[in-house]
Amino acid sequence: MSEKELGQKWDRCLADCAVKFGTGLGLGIVFSVVFFKRRTWPIVFGTGLGLGMAYSNCQNDLRSRYVLHSKVAKEQ
Amino acid sequence: MLRVCWKGAHAAALTLVWCVCGRKKPTVKCILNMVFLFCRSNAGKIVAASLLTVGGGLGSTILYAKWDPKFRANIEKSVPYSDQLFEMALGPPPPPLVPLQKKPGKIEPLQISSLSEASKESKQPKAKAKKSDPAPVEAPPAVEEMCNSCTSQFVCVCVGEESKDHHEPALKERPAEEVSARLAQQDKVEQDALAALTAGLEESLGSSAKTTLQAIGAQEAVLTAIATHTNKLKEAMDSQTPPDEKSTQWKALNEALSDRTRAMEEAEEALLKAKGELEILRGVINSAKQSKIDAARPQILAAEENLHSMIVDLDKVVTKVQTAQTEAKIMSQYSELVNEAKAQFQQELANITPEIQANWKGLSGKLSADDLNSLIAHAHRRIDQLNRELAEQRVREQIHIEVALEQQKLEDQKALERAVASALEHRREDMRLEQEKKVQEVREVMEAEMRTQLRRQAAAHTDHLRDVLKVQEQELHEEAQEIMNSKMMEQETHYRRLTQEQLDTFTLDMNAAYARLKGIEEAIDSHVIAEEEARKAHQLWLSVEALNYTLKSAGADSPTEPLEGAVGVIKENCAENEFAQALASALPEESLSRGIYGEASLRARFYDIRRLARRVALIDETRNSLYQYFLSYLQSILLFEREQVAPPAKLAPEDLDTFRLLAYATYSIERGDLELAAKFVNQLRGASQRVAQDWLKEARLTLETKQVISLLLAYANAVGLGTTQAP
Repeated sequence: MSEKELGQKWDRCLADCAVKFGTGLGLGIVFSVVFFKRRTWPIVFGTGLGLGMAYSNCQNDLRSRYVLHSKVAKEQ
Repeated sequence: MLRVCWKGAHAAALTLVWCVCGRKKPTVKCILNMVFLFCRSNAGKIVAASLLTVGGGLGSTILYAKWDPKFRANIEKSVPYSDQLFEMALGPPPPPLVPLQKKPGKIEPLQISSLSEASKESKQPKAKAKKSDPAPVEAPPAVEEMCNSCTSQFVCVCVGEESKDHHEPALKERPAEEVSARLAQQDKVEQDALAALTAGLEESLGSSAKTTLQAIGAQEAVLTAIATHTNKLKEAMDSQTPPDEKSTQWKALNEALSDRTRAMEEAEEALLKAKGELEILRGVINSAKQSKIDAARPQILAAEENLHSMIVDLDKVVTKVQTAQTEAKIMSQYSELVNEAKAQFQQELANITPEIQANWKGLSGKLSADDLNSLIAHAHRRIDQLNRELAEQRVREQIHIEVALEQQKLEDQKALERAVASALEHRREDMRLEQEKKVQEVREVMEAEMRTQLRRQAAAHTDHLRDVLKVQEQELHEEAQEIMNSKMMEQETHYRRLTQEQLDTFTLDMNAAYARLKGIEEAIDSHVIAEEEARKAHQLWLSVEALNYTLKSAGADSPTEPLEGAVGVIKENCAENEFAQALASALPEESLSRGIYGEASLRARFYDIRRLARRVALIDETRNSLYQYFLSYLQSILLFEREQVAPPAKLAPEDLDTFRLLAYATYSIERGDLELAAKFVNQLRGASQRVAQDWLKEARLTLETKQVISLLLAYANAVGLGTTQAP
């Protein structure tokens, strides 16, 4: 159903966001712990990275309908 | 009033609260206090007064209803549940009065019968029966008595009829049996009377005969007594007998005299008795004559004859006695004269010879010469005297004789007259009796003759009747024969006419029937065709209905059954119907294969669509970032508008706003107009459009299918209507 599409997109979006957030957080923590002597900025960075990616994905997903797919016509 | 009520309620509530708050159960004291408080207030007074009035009205109504049942019935009719109240208070209503019988004459027997039924005694009916029985019994004897007083039967019948007239207005001839019965009864009664009469007559005859005989016997005894007396007297007069026997003779004479006197007295008595008896007999005979019974006449006559003969005998004997008495008188006169002469002689002798006793016995022995001489002289003197007397007597003989003759004549005349009178009487009686006898005989003869004449007349009458009847029979027979013949002729002609008519009608009917048959056959043929058409239309209609029905199989969220089957059926059944075929093939594929959603599910779905559409209202090709999504959401939350707005007739460009469109669509869909809603939804743009895409498709499918089906239905109905024959 077309009306479910949006919902599905949002689900995906949120799931993606949660995953990326978690991953970002995790990597941040790892990096913070491993490489940056337990500073907070890698956690935050990683989380932000994750969230940003998620946002971007989400947006792209939601936009996917209206995006014009162009092809470069091969010169013959 | 309301305020009063409110105040009262308030007061009651307050007191209740006070009671309750006092943490006691509502005791009597508490309630009384409440009432007291209640009553103290003005409101309480008014309420109490109104309660009293209502209660008083109710009580008085109930009392009056108890007294007057009509009032009670009225109230029960007008007020709905009053009958229950009344029943509770007063008991069941009294039964309605039965209207009195307006026939007072019938009440008596009704009461009596009811009484008898109630008391279960048979006295009353018996008494009634007894009372009724003597009444009819009394009537006939009265009638019969009246009948008995008549001489002839006809008079009796007339009287009977007259008496009947009193009872009945119309005169009816009595049946023969009744008449004969009546006659028999009359005869019987006559016989009884006759018997009684004869008995009476015989009795009186017997008694009178006895007394008459007794009288006659007495009279004859008197006769003999007189005769003996006279003889004795004669003998006594005769001085031939010696003196010794004279005394015996005189004694016997005295005896005879006493006998005679006694006999005479007895005879007198007997005569009186006999006369009395004869008078009685005469009275009986007269009463018998007055009773006027024919059969008794000879007996009456015989009794009269007997009476007459008895009277005659009695008179004869009485005359005999009288003659004997006269003779005896003569004899006694003679004896008296002789005694007188003797006494005179004795007296003379006594004068002459006073010392001589006046006894004949002493006379003959004790006489002296002087006495004898004086006696002889006296005797001579006496003889001279007697001679002188004799001469005188001779001289006066004639005169004496004449005088005696005259006397005798007179006496004879008297006797003659008496005899004549009595003889006349007797003759008259005899004549009368003879006349009566003759009359009786003549009457009998006449009766016999009349009877024979009547018999003859009756015979003649019967003969005449027979003849007349024969003649009448003949005439009637002929008449009847004629009538029968004419009627037969009539019937014949009638019959012929009828048969002819029948034949004509039959031929007509046959022709008509044949024509009708032909018509019927044609009609049937056309009917068959029409029925065929109707059947086809019916089938079409059924299949279309089936198709329509399958639409109903839509669940809440699930689609209907695939319409393939039903459409296939239509295609099968209506192979020759092009329109139906075209329509059937016009159905969209999706509906055939998958089925369509019902309107309700579409409606429900629409609200989801609506929500989503509102949420993504700002998103379109140009604006589709996440921020825009957020803004769109915000807008949908913050924008308050009416859910349903009636769509205008024409759409203006500003109506093409998502929210407006959605409002219009909601309105339409709420009103059940899916088509219009779909139209509005179709106008959505951007993300809203994409969101509503599927719904729109479904709606389109549904609408299409429905349209086709409705077309088919209409067509089927039209065809069906066309083929249906109007009754």
